[in-house]
Amino acid sequence: MSDAVTLISPNSEARPVLRERGQREVFCGLTGIVWLHRKIQDAFFLVVGSRTCAHLIQSAAGVMVFAEPRFATAIMEERDLAGLVDANEELDRVVDRLLSRRPDIKLLFLVGSCPSEVIKLDLSRAAERLSTKHSPSVRVLNYSGSGIETTFTQGEDACLVAMIPEAPVASEEAPASLLVVGTLPDIVEDQFSRLFNQLGIGPVHFFPPRNSQSIPAIGPNTKFLLAQPFLGETARALTERGAQHLPALFPFGAEGTTHWLKAAADAFGIPELHFLAVVAPGRERAKRALEAQKQHLAGKSIFFFPDSQMEPSLARFLSRELDMKLIEVGTPYLNRQLLSAEMEYLPDNVTLSEGQDVDRQLDRCREAKPDLVVCGMGLANPLEMEGISTKWSIELVFSPVHGFDCAGDLAGLFARPLFRRSVLKV
Amino acid sequence: MQLTVWTYEGPPHVGAMRIATAMKGVHFVLHAPQGDTYADLLFTMIERRGARPPVTYTTFQARDLGTDTAEIFKTAARDAFERFDPDLMLVGASCTAELIQDDPGGLARALNLPVPTITLELPSYQKKENWGAAETFYQIVRGLATEAPAPKAEGAKPSCNILGATALGFRHRDDVIEITRLLNQMGIEINVAAPMGATADDIRRLPQADFNVVLYPEIADTAARWLERQYGQKAVRTIPMGFQATCEFVREVAALAGVDPEPVLAQHGSHMPWWSRSVDSNYLTGKRVFVFGDATHAMAAARVAKEELGFEVVGLGCYNREFARDVRACAAELGVEALITDDYLLVEETIAALQPELVLGTQMERHIAKRLGVPCAVISAPVHVQDFPARYAPVMGFEGANVLFDTWVHPLVMGLEEHLLTMFREDFEFNDAAGPSHLGGHAKVEAAAQPAPEPEFVPMAAQATTQETITVVNWSPEASKELSKIPFFVRGKAKRNTERYAVEQGLETISIEALYDAKSHFAR
Ligand code: SF4
Repeated sequence: MSDAVTLISPNSEARPVLRERGQREVFCGLTGIVWLHRKIQDAFFLVVGSRTCAHLIQSAAGVMVFAEPRFATAIMEERDLAGLVDANEELDRVVDRLLSRRPDIKLLFLVGSCPSEVIKLDLSRAAERLSTKHSPSVRVLNYSGSGIETTFTQGEDACLVAMIPEAPVASEEAPASLLVVGTLPDIVEDQFSRLFNQLGIGPVHFFPPRNSQSIPAIGPNTKFLLAQPFLGETARALTERGAQHLPALFPFGAEGTTHWLKAAADAFGIPELHFLAVVAPGRERAKRALEAQKQHLAGKSIFFFPDSQMEPSLARFLSRELDMKLIEVGTPYLNRQLLSAEMEYLPDNVTLSEGQDVDRQLDRCREAKPDLVVCGMGLANPLEMEGISTKWSIELVFSPVHGFDCAGDLAGLFARPLFRRSVLKV
Repeated sequence: MQLTVWTYEGPPHVGAMRIATAMKGVHFVLHAPQGDTYADLLFTMIERRGARPPVTYTTFQARDLGTDTAEIFKTAARDAFERFDPDLMLVGASCTAELIQDDPGGLARALNLPVPTITLELPSYQKKENWGAAETFYQIVRGLATEAPAPKAEGAKPSCNILGATALGFRHRDDVIEITRLLNQMGIEINVAAPMGATADDIRRLPQADFNVVLYPEIADTAARWLERQYGQKAVRTIPMGFQATCEFVREVAALAGVDPEPVLAQHGSHMPWWSRSVDSNYLTGKRVFVFGDATHAMAAARVAKEELGFEVVGLGCYNREFARDVRACAAELGVEALITDDYLLVEETIAALQPELVLGTQMERHIAKRLGVPCAVISAPVHVQDFPARYAPVMGFEGANVLFDTWVHPLVMGLEEHLLTMFREDFEFNDAAGPSHLGGHAKVEAAAQPAPEPEFVPMAAQATTQETITVVNWSPEASKELSKIPFFVRGKAKRNTERYAVEQGLETISIEALYDAKSHFAR
């Protein structure tokens, strides 16, 4: 396992990537609000946008998330477009109304959208102004989730970047600490916490935190692991704060999780034998669980439409641990640096594609007749109608899929559509 | 700026998509950023459509702004035409593209495509989904239905168009089947049903019909008025929802078509009138119901609720302002104040304050009702996957009246059960926290989720004070306990009446005596 952290490979640049610039069938970054607002429990997300933006968020999860949400949209109207002064006044009024309705809110994000970007409504200045006004009870930050700048999961990346300046500065004398970056389901955080604890790595913090009052301190002795492959800007901002990135495979499957944990273990000087002893039970459990799913997946071909940027990592997992045949792995954006290890582990004959031209990609997909297609909800039923099994990609972002104890569940998400097709007689 | 948690309607271009998706051989090129492609899933997931909506999005990005967004539009339109070979192209802009003013209409004209191309002006910052659908349908009709009808052959059957059904409509699929059947029974031919299922050629043939049936005025009213002005086609405006309205519809159609309505009325075959008159339905009398939805469905539902089920309508409203005047008039007839708003929070406050025993609303109200512990049935868009049942379930026509009876009565507690609950209210397993007995699985979840339904009401009523000042009266612990023994489906009413009584009497605290005094005071 000692090769686990030598990740940068000279070959990864050489791999051909199909770049496309046509119609993209991908959500915008606003969508991240659907999970972020559940994670940070005292934060509220106010989109400054249009009726389209409001409609997107309420439709994006497939069904409406109807518990009292901690998000809303300030829908711009004709008169807001007349002048920026008025738009700012209107925004202040809306924020006042919101905060009086929700006194429990401690952190408010103003989330920019395409319309607010196009009319150049300066939300960072608005955030400063409102922060001063509502200080100290509420902090106001801003980021953009607009579709002209971000796709789907990049919204979380932008949100985390906006939060980093809120983190206290850890001094140079502070002991080494581990930061796990990226929204994880609470149960997965707990599973990882136990493992790090057993390994003897600590203190460990998760970012984003469950509560805005507990943003961990970040400094030169902070070492961080990315839990998600779409957090390139966050990684850069953390590095600028002096924190040290621990590159690794992403923690999907037994192999990815082992590799990821090993990167931390090495950075914290954990002895090899201890590491192996700690991860062995989890790794065995994961392998057993995967064995059960393998009967449905081994030898089956799979085609990924671009969606979350998790595609190359998931493809690596499916090909190496479940023997699936990769046909095309599409991703909205390929971060070559963060994914260099993943790309090394992908077979040579797979087409990697970046960006999208959805009609042409559908042509390629039909031509290849894959056993399973991973795609967004707009494409799933139409492909099913054509006789192609699909897995909605959004579920991969919403479900617990990280680590040893979710590896079987992750495989199960891919196996279920195939298994279902095999039992249905209608 | 409007602070919005949930919206009843999407932007106007989603309305345009509903028309394009409903029709055949139409393609819509929408100048829009990538995130706007979410709208596809409304059709493929909620409605379970097995084909992508016929929409090409240009998905321009920030780096394209100010350089070549117009070029991107032209490429997208040209490619879409070549790939999909439509008989009719629609072009338009979503909210973001509206701001960059690329003029999709002009760009499309410059392409000189060999098919009719209709430019949609969809002001996103003023208008909403239903308006966008109506405008799109009107522009298509105006653009294509340009030829006056050929003279009618001697002895030809009377014929009509059925207008208004779209993709993502509430039960549109089955309503059109039901109404087609009804009209055919009357000896009337359907010339064209549009937009759902219609081609560009079908739209061209619209003027051939003798008259129009406008099933969904929200969508088809503008087009029908134009057809009337242009070709003198009269429109049937009675919405055949409910038993009586269906009978009226039959008479109105018969008068226009010159046929006899009586044979069809005589053999309507609807169970609804008898189901409602049968003794079992006695317990429905005076149930307090709150009705909210699009104007057409809300008004029709209010009438059915009052006159065909014997409910008491305690509130009526709609979210589409375009039809506010009609809803106000309808509410006035019912003696209630109309609630015209698209503010979900205001609707929630109103329901909480009125404490109805049944809510007839949209998926939004279904959620509100669930939180308040009030039964609910859905009567209108916005829709949810559950509003597209696998079975045949129209809400219009005679079969539609049956469906309304079943779906509205089903969430309520049954007649005798109601009495047993009142008599033995402390039975440990047969009590109101367990919910209606015929809604088994459901009840358990709710019972677990809200072990004490009572506190739910208190904060809600308190919340309503943001709107109007309600004097809050204290409940003595004994009275509070007594109140909790009253079955849940009348508890809201009892609580409200008692508090009103206490305020009128100037009581500071409500005792058990006050509770029963109030009961006799309000006994009717
Ligand atoms: S793509 Fe832009 S306009 Fe569309 S929903 Fe996203 S932020 Fe709003």
